[in-house]
Amino acid sequence: MSSLTFIYAFLMYAATVIMVTGVAFKIYTYSRTPAPLKIPTTPAPTTQSGVVFRIVREVVLFESLFKANKWIWIFGWLFHFGLLLVLLRHLRYFTEPVWSWVVLIQPFGMYAGFAMVAGLGGLWARRILVDRIRYISTPSDHLMLLLLILIGISGLTMKFVAHTDIVAVKQFILGLMYFDIQPMPADPILLIHLGLVSFLMIIFPISKLLHAPGLFFSPSRNQVDNSRDKRHLAPWAAELEK
Amino acid sequence: MAVAEFEVPKVQPYPLVDIPKIKPDATVHLKSFPASEKIQEGIGFPGPLVDNWHKVAIDKMGDLLNRYRSLAVYMDACVHCGACTDKCHYFLGTADPKNMPVARQELMRKVYRRYFTFAGKYFPKLVGAADLTEDVLNDWYSYFYQCSECRRCSVYCPYGIDTAEVTMAAREIMDAVGMGQKYTNEILGKLHRIGNNLGLPGPALLDTLEGLEEDILEDTGVAVKMPIDVKGAEVLLITPSADFFSEPHVESLIGYAKVFHEAGISWTLSSLASEAGNFGLFIGSYENMRRAAMRIREAALELGVKRIVVGECGHAWRVAYSFWNTLTGVGHGGEDEFTRALQAQLDPRYPAPQHICEMTLDLINQGVLKFDKEKNDHRTITFHDSCNVARGSRMGNMPGGQFVIPREIIKAVANNFHDMADETIGEGTFCCGGGGGILTDDLMEVRVKGAMPRMQALQCVVDEHQVNFMAAICAICKAQFSKVLPYYKFDMSMIGGVHQLVSTSIRLSEKK
Repeated sequence: MSSLTFIYAFLMYAATVIMVTGVAFKIYTYSRTPAPLKIPTTPAPTTQSGVVFRIVREVVLFESLFKANKWIWIFGWLFHFGLLLVLLRHLRYFTEPVWSWVVLIQPFGMYAGFAMVAGLGGLWARRILVDRIRYISTPSDHLMLLLLILIGISGLTMKFVAHTDIVAVKQFILGLMYFDIQPMPADPILLIHLGLVSFLMIIFPISKLLHAPGLFFSPSRNQVDNSRDKRHLAPWAAELEK
Repeated sequence: MAVAEFEVPKVQPYPLVDIPKIKPDATVHLKSFPASEKIQEGIGFPGPLVDNWHKVAIDKMGDLLNRYRSLAVYMDACVHCGACTDKCHYFLGTADPKNMPVARQELMRKVYRRYFTFAGKYFPKLVGAADLTEDVLNDWYSYFYQCSECRRCSVYCPYGIDTAEVTMAAREIMDAVGMGQKYTNEILGKLHRIGNNLGLPGPALLDTLEGLEEDILEDTGVAVKMPIDVKGAEVLLITPSADFFSEPHVESLIGYAKVFHEAGISWTLSSLASEAGNFGLFIGSYENMRRAAMRIREAALELGVKRIVVGECGHAWRVAYSFWNTLTGVGHGGEDEFTRALQAQLDPRYPAPQHICEMTLDLINQGVLKFDKEKNDHRTITFHDSCNVARGSRMGNMPGGQFVIPREIIKAVANNFHDMADETIGEGTFCCGGGGGILTDDLMEVRVKGAMPRMQALQCVVDEHQVNFMAAICAICKAQFSKVLPYYKFDMSMIGGVHQLVSTSIRLSEKK
């Protein structure tokens, strides 16, 4: 096994383990922390199914953001749904034979890469051009955008400019999945792309990317508005009754 | 007290076109008076600043992160997207960037990152983490007392991050190290000691109520009762103590009394629980909030009432609607021993607690109450949705009932009604600028500037529809607007209660 193959195999395993365990730990922490008071932001659904529908609207349509600011919504939505399509398109490297719906979305996934980068560019422009958003930006906010844009551009480069050997890439990835390590193709753009993706996965559980699981645990969004009909008592609050 | 001179913001034509250019530190000097040691001790906190404040503060933050899922999630989830940056009335009025919800939260989040996250411990500059220094603590004191906990930002946040939760946690941490605010903490102490925020003892209440009964008799020729401490009454009314005392609040109290009289419902106030407002909410102290709410439960049990109705008060209604069941078992669905006695006593046909507007509209819809609407014809009315009713609680049995019910009442009792612009009412309503512990003269500049967005929307309906009366169902809104309206060249008597309108046009009969 070449040292390049060894390094990348190790990196990708490590990144996967860190991301999965890190996020799982955060989710465990959130779920274990009590929500002692009912604080849904009203008008809130009065049933559990209504709450599910509310969260789905937030996840799929970015409903609250749409109410807040159309520019952030356009760029944010473009980026996230570009990213989703791109990720789904990448399933072809993880499946053999490739699922037929993954084959079907390939062309959409390709152009979604441009949408994703455009969305990120728009978000970055706002961060620089709008004084109040510039004020709230930290270096890590800028670096996160840079990281994602570089991932997008390196990916698009391999598709549209300097083709990489995708058969070899797929062999490497399938090899990782079945613990049968195959040689890593030494294409520099691919190395950059996969290196940055691994880095993104590693910082996921310690960064603002935690907004993804966070949304599902936000009491102002996920609580049912039924406080008069059902007593809601957290364990530590119940202790005060004794 | 002399109030320093400051510039009253210009009211632009609606819709709002200018989001102000940020002016860093524009309001950093605006600090409310600190609480004395005696005031702090009255609600179970130390004062002044304790010697080992740094450790106490970080420990308290850790404790709150373990106790409140809201705080744990909100500290992590923000992406600095900027959706909330132009949503706070204090930012729109002062242009101080730390009054943008995300920046206000960052005051705590940067400390959270430093002490509780890997990235903040090892790469503080990169992620914007900072040590908790006395300067940071002073910033907290400035800006967490320039937040009215109105939750407008949480409506627009893609993750529902609620600055009120962060503000409440910050205030609780400050209280824990002995850095309390005089206004909120003194009032809370008074509530614990005497039973209401204004410190009115039982005999003074009785005296006031008798005076009001005489006034009503003189005005209407009908003997409307204002009972207090009557055992066996059907309804216990819990209302803000401002209703006993100040204008225009007292006009609504008279309105409630006339509704009860006309509907023939026996009711009573309680000298033990003569306050609906619960300032425990403002400082995020669960224990204080519970202690304040406990009086309601005690009064209900002692008087043996079947229903509990809450008067016009915004934060009070949020605590009553959302938290009383949790805090004290006033509500339904509790299966613990603690709540069973109360549930057995309360009439299950009514929600517990019930808002006075829910009760009045029910009576109107049943045809029990009759009105001479033209008696309100000298008024052209608009309705100010109070923030904690709009975004923190509900009325009726459908989402958004809190927007419909008060407006239905107004339309039933008066002929001229016009809403302000859509994006400034309902769930997007602009705070009066005085809620959440800000209603103190030492913060007058914050209050006046924070009221600007509401004044702008009001100006628009004044110009277009000749509106001359703004109805509200919150004691703080009423007190705040009475003070602030003149700064914007409006008459202070433009503000009043929904039940003030009811009171004006209700047809009273000699009966029951």
